[in-house]
Amino acid sequence: MGAHNALAETEYSRSCLIQFKGYCSMKILVTIHNNFVAQRFDLASEVLIAVHDGNRIVDEPRTIIMSRPSAEELCNLIIKEDVDTVICGGIEERYYKFLIWKKINVLDSVIGDYGPILELAGCRRLTSGTIIPFSLENGKMP
Amino acid sequence: MNHDEDSSITNTFNVGDILEGVPHGIALLDCGLRIVAMNRFLEGLTGFSSSDARGIYGGSIFRSNLGDRGQVFLKVLDTGEAVSIEGDIINRDRRKVAIQFTISPLRNQVEQIVGLIVVLEDISAFNSVMNTSLFHEHSTTGILGHSLKMQEVFELMPLMARTDASILITGETGTGKDLIAEAIHKASKRGRHPFIKINCGALPETLLESELFGHVRGSFTGAIKDKPGMFKLAQDGTIFLTEIGDMPLPLQVKLLSFLDDREFYPIGGDKKIQVDVRIIAATHRSLRDQVEQGNFREDLFYRLNVLHMHLPPLRERDGDIRFLLDHFLRELSARLNKKISGFTIRSLEQLTAYSYPGNIRELRNIVEYCANICQDDRIRSEHLPKYLLSTPLPPAKEGQDEQAAKTERSVINGSDPSRIGKDWMSFEKEMVINALIKTHGNRSKAAKELGWGRTTLWRKLNIHGLV
Repeated sequence: MGAHNALAETEYSRSCLIQFKGYCSMKILVTIHNNFVAQRFDLASEVLIAVHDGNRIVDEPRTIIMSRPSAEELCNLIIKEDVDTVICGGIEERYYKFLIWKKINVLDSVIGDYGPILELAGCRRLTSGTIIPFSLENGKMP
Repeated sequence: MNHDEDSSITNTFNVGDILEGVPHGIALLDCGLRIVAMNRFLEGLTGFSSSDARGIYGGSIFRSNLGDRGQVFLKVLDTGEAVSIEGDIINRDRRKVAIQFTISPLRNQVEQIVGLIVVLEDISAFNSVMNTSLFHEHSTTGILGHSLKMQEVFELMPLMARTDASILITGETGTGKDLIAEAIHKASKRGRHPFIKINCGALPETLLESELFGHVRGSFTGAIKDKPGMFKLAQDGTIFLTEIGDMPLPLQVKLLSFLDDREFYPIGGDKKIQVDVRIIAATHRSLRDQVEQGNFREDLFYRLNVLHMHLPPLRERDGDIRFLLDHFLRELSARLNKKISGFTIRSLEQLTAYSYPGNIRELRNIVEYCANICQDDRIRSEHLPKYLLSTPLPPAKEGQDEQAAKTERSVINGSDPSRIGKDWMSFEKEMVINALIKTHGNRSKAAKELGWGRTTLWRKLNIHGLV
């Protein structure tokens, strides 16, 4: 994996994410586009990182804007951030295997609004392939 | 879901029949770009079932690289003009597939656009063939080779494509079993239907059974919905079972039963499903030995071994090593924007004397290494990977005129079984395996044992095909 470029970080608030039940501390990274889980891991240009302490999200979730979409750089970021669980859409086998090898839980082929998806992940009820029908807002597409 | 748009499409024709009649992945989208219907071919291509995909934004199901979300689709809706674009998708098997997308507007009887029709044609096999310089010579295979043994393979392929019998492809790792299987499928009457590859050694038994035969909702913990299984998704096409020698024995029984009756029960299901698929199996192991050791069912072996194709290892393909070295060097020099014209005599001696236990995959990797390292106009000995330099050369040369003869000799030397396994790669592989055995498969401990980090061990496992 090559070194990833400088990343621009912005604070980002998602009120819907604050309260939900969980069991133990977990750092979750979701590849996102608008309010949805991004369709592809390798083309994701924005990720959201949230820490769930067992009962709720700790602090505000952070969003990180990638300087360019790159599966390698995203893998580096995931390792650097010491993420426990990655939630994404389509991911190529080699990146999936790499992350699994690094003992990171990867939930792929997830489709839908990332708010309820994060809730499910926090409750340990999210699985690969989960589809949550969209409620399109402001004409934005996933 | 906009039900007016949905019904205006589906009421006009029997949409299901039309979609199933198209030999490519095809989906109907409404004006909100959500999937109204898709055919079985697209289910196989994407890995999503129609019932899951219906009402979902099409881009989330295709997972293509067609630029910013929905822009291409919206443009077709706006302009009413069809577009055809090359791109790729990542399917649920985590495989990137090259696709030719054709997106056309769908109009009702008063010429009002009510949605889109999206056709996804799998062009991965076509692309792999076009990427070879021998396109005109072996246009149906994408496999390179001029040796007699490969000519026999090329002659056998059309014969195998014409029949519908099961095929067993054997050969060492890196000899091109997957490419041959896909080429046979494409050339057969099933070529326009799905080609689905399953690695029987990559999944645990229960998961493999579910992947192959599907399951019904509630059949086990976590089975929250019906899953069709690869046999059903491959309807009218070919299912390619690679590493069949690693298939667990209980599943072998179920596969044998399917081969006998062409029908099966999904896990937890009480209704038999009939499918029409062709089976191509491949393995790098000797299935006869597996049978003798009791690891593979004899009856299944005979069932699969109706037609047999053995792919020769590179060291037995006289003359192909030199040919492939030149081919890959040309390709990689162009890709790396370098002007490397060829190999020096000394480096060629080293390269042709090597036994290539990893076959073409290894040869290509070696050339890639050389092309990256080389800053001159020719590849010299010092540009070769160090483990190649430890390979003993043939006796002292008489002169450059005899180079061709010596190359042949060195290729033959390379096939000497006593030398196989004595190169660095084989030694390293053995070292990794021994460490894993010693640590009972614990990779962290194995890495420590070898004095490597876990990532280094991961890379080595990949290099040696041990993952």
